[in-house]
Amino acid sequence: MNRSKLIHQYEYSRPSRVKNWLYNGVTNPYNIMVIILVLLLAALVVWPLLQMVITTLRLDATDVSRVKGSSEGVWTIYYWKRLLNSIVSQNMLYKPLAHSLLISFSVAFISIIVGGLVAWLMVRSDLPGKRFFSLAVIIPYMIPSWCISEAWIAIFKTPRVGGTQGFLSFLNLQVPDWLAYGPVAIIAVLTIHYYTYAYLLMSASLRSINSELEEMGEIIGASKFLILRKVTFPLVLPAILSSFILIFSKAMGTFGVPAFLGLKTGYYTISTMLYSAINQRQTAMAFSISLILIGLAALVIFFNQLLIGSRKSYTTIGGKGSRTNLIPLGRGKTIMVILLSVFILLAVFLPIAILVLQSVMLKLGDYSLSNLSLHYWLGAGDPNIYYSAPGVFKNPFFYHVMGNSLKLVFIASFVATFFGQISGYIISRGRQLRSGKLVEQLIFIPYLIPSIAFGAMYLSMFSVARTVTLFGLRFTIFPALYGTFALLVLVTVVKNLPFSSRAGAASMMQIGKELEEAAHLQGAGFFQRFRRIILPLSKNGFMSGFMLIFMSVMKELDLLVVLMSPKTQTLPYMAYSYMSGGMEQLSNVVAIIMFLSVFIIYYLANRFFNADITKGF
Amino acid sequence: MGTIELNHIDKFYGNNHVLKDLNLTINEGEFMTLLGPSGCGKTTTLRVVGGLERPQNGTMTMDGKTVINAKENFFEDAGKRGLNLVFQSYALWPHMTVFDNVAFALTVQKKPRAQIKQKVENALARMQILEFAQRYPSELSGGQQQRVAIARAIVSEPKVLLLDEPLSNLDAKLRVEMRSELKRLHHELETTIIYVTHDQVEALTMSTRIAIFFEGELEQVAPPMELYQNPASLKVADFIGNPRINFVDGRAFRKGEALTVHSDLGRMEFPSSLFTDDMNEEGEFDCVLGIRPEKIRIMTRPTDGAIDAVIYSVQPAGSETTIHVTANKTSILVKDIGIKTYTTDARVYIDTDLSKVIVFSKQTGRLIKRAIPD
Repeated sequence: MNRSKLIHQYEYSRPSRVKNWLYNGVTNPYNIMVIILVLLLAALVVWPLLQMVITTLRLDATDVSRVKGSSEGVWTIYYWKRLLNSIVSQNMLYKPLAHSLLISFSVAFISIIVGGLVAWLMVRSDLPGKRFFSLAVIIPYMIPSWCISEAWIAIFKTPRVGGTQGFLSFLNLQVPDWLAYGPVAIIAVLTIHYYTYAYLLMSASLRSINSELEEMGEIIGASKFLILRKVTFPLVLPAILSSFILIFSKAMGTFGVPAFLGLKTGYYTISTMLYSAINQRQTAMAFSISLILIGLAALVIFFNQLLIGSRKSYTTIGGKGSRTNLIPLGRGKTIMVILLSVFILLAVFLPIAILVLQSVMLKLGDYSLSNLSLHYWLGAGDPNIYYSAPGVFKNPFFYHVMGNSLKLVFIASFVATFFGQISGYIISRGRQLRSGKLVEQLIFIPYLIPSIAFGAMYLSMFSVARTVTLFGLRFTIFPALYGTFALLVLVTVVKNLPFSSRAGAASMMQIGKELEEAAHLQGAGFFQRFRRIILPLSKNGFMSGFMLIFMSVMKELDLLVVLMSPKTQTLPYMAYSYMSGGMEQLSNVVAIIMFLSVFIIYYLANRFFNADITKGF
Repeated sequence: MGTIELNHIDKFYGNNHVLKDLNLTINEGEFMTLLGPSGCGKTTTLRVVGGLERPQNGTMTMDGKTVINAKENFFEDAGKRGLNLVFQSYALWPHMTVFDNVAFALTVQKKPRAQIKQKVENALARMQILEFAQRYPSELSGGQQQRVAIARAIVSEPKVLLLDEPLSNLDAKLRVEMRSELKRLHHELETTIIYVTHDQVEALTMSTRIAIFFEGELEQVAPPMELYQNPASLKVADFIGNPRINFVDGRAFRKGEALTVHSDLGRMEFPSSLFTDDMNEEGEFDCVLGIRPEKIRIMTRPTDGAIDAVIYSVQPAGSETTIHVTANKTSILVKDIGIKTYTTDARVYIDTDLSKVIVFSKQTGRLIKRAIPD
C-alpha cells in the first residue's frame, strides 16, 4: 500500500524535519537504552563468540613446530582437522560426543517421563498429601547435581575404584563398577536433578489447561485415553518440548557430575574433555569443542522452534484461575502414594542423609558408631588425616571462599536482575518494534551456549587485554580480567541475562502502559516515571528475579570451573577441589552448607515474594 | 485558552489506516464528544491530541501554537501540552494513596507543600472523596476510583481535559449520576473537554458538539440536537437515536422548486427551501425517507393525510410505549409518550409530521432534505 497516495500533502520544511528527527532520536530514553544495551550485548556476547571462532582458526605459538612452514598467528584449519579427522579425534571428540549425546538424550527422556508423571499426579489427580509432596519433589532442584553425585559415590563406591568401601559394599553387597561410575551413574544422578525442570514446566502447563477442554471431549463421548492423547497431550506438547531442550542443553553442558562420576574410570564427556583440554593449554582445541557444543545446542533449539512454531501460544490460554476437576485415582491411589514416597525417599532424602552421615564419619567406609566425629566440621588439623586439613569451620580459607561466594552471588544477582528489568522494559514496551525484538534475540544467545563453553569463551576473551589503536592512541576495549573477581561477576551476569530479562519482561508486562502514560501526561519525564512508577511497581518482580538468580548462582560450578583462580574460589569449586583431592568428607560438608543456603533462599523467596522458580530457567 | 485545531491528521498502525485525513476544530470551553462504534478511531484521536500517539501526517495547534507537525517530525511532549487525560481503566497508581495519586502532577512541578496540600484537598473535595485521601486505590469502589481519576486530572488545572470512555466501567445508576456531575464540572471549570464515548445517550446529553466517526473518518460535527434531527448521512441517522429511526424506501421526483416522494407512506411534497447542499439529484431518483419514531402519530379514526396501518406488536415501558405497525408492507416503529393500549392486528391510521421527515439520496447516502428543527 502506498501511503503517500492516501494522505494529504502540505508544505513543510525539510531541514526542520531532519533536525527534529535527530532531536527526537537522541532525547528518547528508549532509544538510548536500546543503543547501550545492544552495544553491551555485542561486546559481551557476539564479540566473544567471534573471538572464539577466530582462535580456533589461527595457529598458536606452541603449535608452530607441528605445522610445516608456518608461523604464529597464521590462518589455519589445523585444529579443526586435528579435532575432526586425526588419530586423536576418536578420543577427543567422537567418543566424548557420543557419551554426551547418550547421557543428554537419556536424561531428557527419563526426566520428561518421571517429571510428567509426577506433574500429572500433583495437578490433575486427587493424590493425598499434596502439600508435602509438592515441596519434597522440588528439593532436588535446590541440590546441585554434583552434590547428588557425591551421595551416589558414597553409596555405590567399591574398594576397587574408590579406594574405600561405600555403603552398599559395607553391607556386603557386590556393586558392579558400571553402577558405581560411568554412564548409568551419570544418567541416574542427572535425572534426579533435572526431572524437577520437567516437572515444574509441565505442571505449570497442566495447570493452565482449563478442564472444560477435557470435559468437552467427554461430552462428545471420547474415552479417557483418547482425551489424553488428542486433547491433553497436544496442549502440554510445547511444555514437553521446551523441557526437552532445556534439559538436553543443560545436560550437554554440565561438568560436575560427569567429572565426579566419569573421570575416575576414564569416561569422558564433551564437557569434561573440554575442561581437560583447557587445563592442558590446548586452547584452540578446547574452543573447537565448545563451538561444536554450541552448535548442537543451537540445532536442538532450532528444531524445537520448528516443531512448536505458532503453537507456543497454547500455553497461555486459559491462564486464568479456571476450575479444574481432579481425576480420581481410585484403587491406584495407594500404589501411587507408595511409589512416589519411595521415589522421594531414594532420590531426595537418601542423598541428603548420606551426605550428612558421611560428613561426620572420620574414616570413610567405617560405619561403626565410634567412627562418628565432627572433625570435618569443627576439628583442628590433624597430621594423620588428609595432610592436616582442618575442619571446614576451622579453616580460614573456607571463610574466604564463603565470602567470595556470597559477594559474587549478591553482586551478580543484583546486576543481572537490574539489567534484566531494564531489558525486560525494552522487550515489553518494544514488542511491536524491531529494536525490542533485536534486544530480545541478542539477550537470548547466552541461553544457547552451554555453561562450560560459555566459561571457556570468556576465558579466551579476557585472558589478554584487547586493544585497538586509533589515531595513534591505544584504547583498551577489554582489559585482561583472567583471575579477577570481576570476570566471575561479568560471566555470571551475562550468562544469567536470558533468565533475568525474561523475569523482567514478565514483571514489566504486568505494569499497564497506561500507568506510565498517566504519569507522562502529568508532566513527569522518563526518569521520574521510571523512578516513581515503574520501579516501585516492579519491586516484587525485582526481588523474586533476584532470588531466582541468587539460587542458581550459589550452586554454579559448570560456568565458573574454567575461570577459577585460587584467590577467587567459590563454594561449589571448593567442594569440587576437595573431592578431586580425595577428601570426600570435607567436600560433603561444603556441599551441605551450600545446599542449606540455597534452601533458605528458596524458602524466603517463596514465602515473601511469591517467586515462581520456573521463571529462573 | 483551549482551542484545538487538527488538520489533515493521518494515523497508521502498520498498514492499518486508522485516522483518515481528520480535520476538526474544538473551540475554547467546548464539551466536544467523539462518538462512534468501537474501532472507529475516536480513542486514537484523543491519544493524538494527548500526545500519546504520533500521527504520520498532519498538524495540530493549541491556541494557535503548533504542537504537532508530523511532516517535520515535531511532536510536543505530552507533559508540556497543558492537558490531562482520564483513562478508561482509570490508570491509578496502585502503590500510591489517593492523596499521592492526585498530588503527583504538583510534585512533578515542585510546588510548595502547603500549596500542594490545599490544591489536592480542593480537588478531592470537589469530587466528594476527601475522606478517602489516605486510602489506596484498591480499597475503593469503581465509582470512587473514577472520582480519584478525575480529581487527578483536574488538580493541575489543565487547559484541556480529555476523557476516554470514563463511565463505561460504572453501573447504569452511577453512570447517570456521574453524567450530571461531569456536566456540572464542565460548567464550573470552564475548560475545554474532549470526551470519547460509544454511548449515544452520553453524547447527546452532555456535549455542546458531537463529532461522529466511522472507520477512521469524521462523518459529521454538529450540536447534539442538530445531529439528532438532521443527520448528514444514513449512517449517522442509523447510529443516533433509540429506538432506531424509521427508514422508508421511496421514489423521488424533483420538479422545479419542489420534491415529491412516493412511498409506502403515501405521497409527500417538500419545498426547496429545506434542500441541503448535498441535493444534487435531478428528475426522478431513488431516495430513503427518515422519520423518528416519536414524530409519527397513531389514530384510531381516519383523518386527512393519514394512511392505513395494522398493529404488529406493542411494548409498553411505563414512561413510553413502543409500537410496531405495518403500513403497505413497510414496518414502522412508533414511540408514544405514556401508556397506550392497542390490540394486536387492529386497524389504525398513522399520521406523519411532514416538517420532521428527512430525505436521503439512496445513491450517495447523504441528507438532501432537512427537517425543520424544534
